[in-house]
Amino acid sequence: MPEMILIFMRIVACGMLVGFSASYFGAFVVQRGMSFLGNGLAHAAFGGVALGILLGLEPLYVALPFTVLAALGINWLKEHTRLAADSVIGLFFALSMALGIIFLSRAPQYSQDAMTYLFGSLISVGMGNHDLWVSLGLAALTIASFPLWTRWAYSTFDRESARIDGQQVRREDYLLSVLIAVNVVVAAKLVGIVLLSAFLVIPAAAARLISASFSMMTTLSVVIGVFSVALGFVVSYQADLPSGACVVLTQILVFGLLFLLNKRGIRWPREM
Amino acid sequence: MLKVDSLTVRYGKLTALDGLSFALQGGEFLAVVGPNGSGKSTLLKCLLGLAPFSEGSISLLGHSPESLPSERIGYVPQAKTLDLSFPASSCELVASGLRRSWPWKIGGREHERAEQALRQVGIGHLSHRSLAALSGGELQRVYLARALAREPELLVLDEPATGIDASAEQGMYDILDRVNREQGVTIIMVTHDWLAARHHCSHGLLLKSRLIAFGPSREALCDANMATAFGHEGHRHMAEPGDGHA
Repeated sequence: MPEMILIFMRIVACGMLVGFSASYFGAFVVQRGMSFLGNGLAHAAFGGVALGILLGLEPLYVALPFTVLAALGINWLKEHTRLAADSVIGLFFALSMALGIIFLSRAPQYSQDAMTYLFGSLISVGMGNHDLWVSLGLAALTIASFPLWTRWAYSTFDRESARIDGQQVRREDYLLSVLIAVNVVVAAKLVGIVLLSAFLVIPAAAARLISASFSMMTTLSVVIGVFSVALGFVVSYQADLPSGACVVLTQILVFGLLFLLNKRGIRWPREM
Repeated sequence: MLKVDSLTVRYGKLTALDGLSFALQGGEFLAVVGPNGSGKSTLLKCLLGLAPFSEGSISLLGHSPESLPSERIGYVPQAKTLDLSFPASSCELVASGLRRSWPWKIGGREHERAEQALRQVGIGHLSHRSLAALSGGELQRVYLARALAREPELLVLDEPATGIDASAEQGMYDILDRVNREQGVTIIMVTHDWLAARHHCSHGLLLKSRLIAFGPSREALCDANMATAFGHEGHRHMAEPGDGHA
């Protein structure tokens, strides 16, 4: 098989795996009104990437704990103060960006890695099997979390009843934030930090338009997430355009189509 | 059924509940009444294990709040605390009460039980209706159906009449009366509507951080006690014209 086709297939596979995970968690992000969290964590990932570059380490492996710590910090500060969630996220957003800029300014030389993570790069993803393994690991982690869907969905709708029914809601919130943080870091290389929160949110928001149940919303979000990434990457590859922008524009196109269906009163499953 | 002994809740320097003691027998219908900030919601949260307390003890169904057997309790939260943009049908909401988690898919037997609970509150025909398409009164009945689907020994309601019209409110009280009298379900209801409480509930608990009165509802929620809890002006404002309570 020609090398170019192999690289392209690897890119699409990575994209679909990451699209699957991100759009699955996106359903919770959208329904819990946590869109700004995705944005905040994406910028926390930038701080981690910059630190990795400064230390001369693989940025992904530094960004991962850095972003997870930011997610835990956001939850902890939210719980222990009376600050609104967006204020807390904004604080971590600014802190991570400020640190990222300082780390990059101290880096011995300009690094292509910073641009890769800021805007996404297909070529860097397709050059070896490393990113494919990471994407597979992420998808496996997402599948392993499926049993928690019923619990997260319950506390998304009615937190008090979930607590009365014995759910460890706070602990489960922490876990959800950590898994979203892991998704954000892995997806950053593919779509770029700049467009990451849109990548996380749009498939679920589009699915919400025509879904009459949360299970349908989750399913549709995943379908939209997986196929919009595949289609976006094909466009990006063929037209030599930035991958993140192509994926997000594809997602917005799907959102527009579903918006039209929504205006025609279409819901799935059908209401009576 | 319920025994509260010297319950005290402090938030920093603020005392939300001060040495509250009372006991409730099975099959009674209790209204918890008091002005805003009197500790009604705090009491409910303590009973359900949602908030810690500083001193005292609670025994509910023979358990402490930390180890409540939730399958024996039906809870109807305040409608305003819920996310009504959540995509769900009435049937799914009722099934969440049966399953004590959110259903990915509802099985045949579960569906049957959910529909039966909806029929019990008079809205069996709304089983597949989206929550967002329900009126305030219909939504309140769905929550009631969710709580009743468990066939609970105890039903706990947090201001159930908020945001629904007079006709829907009457319908809700009819259901509560029936469940209480015919099935012997014990009910604890936080409410601002002391006139309805006096009419429908067997017992009243009047709070103003500390206990003002507890006993049969007509005695506990009498004019003199209401005036003590709300102040004369507030009491006059709440009473309906011609009701004779002012």
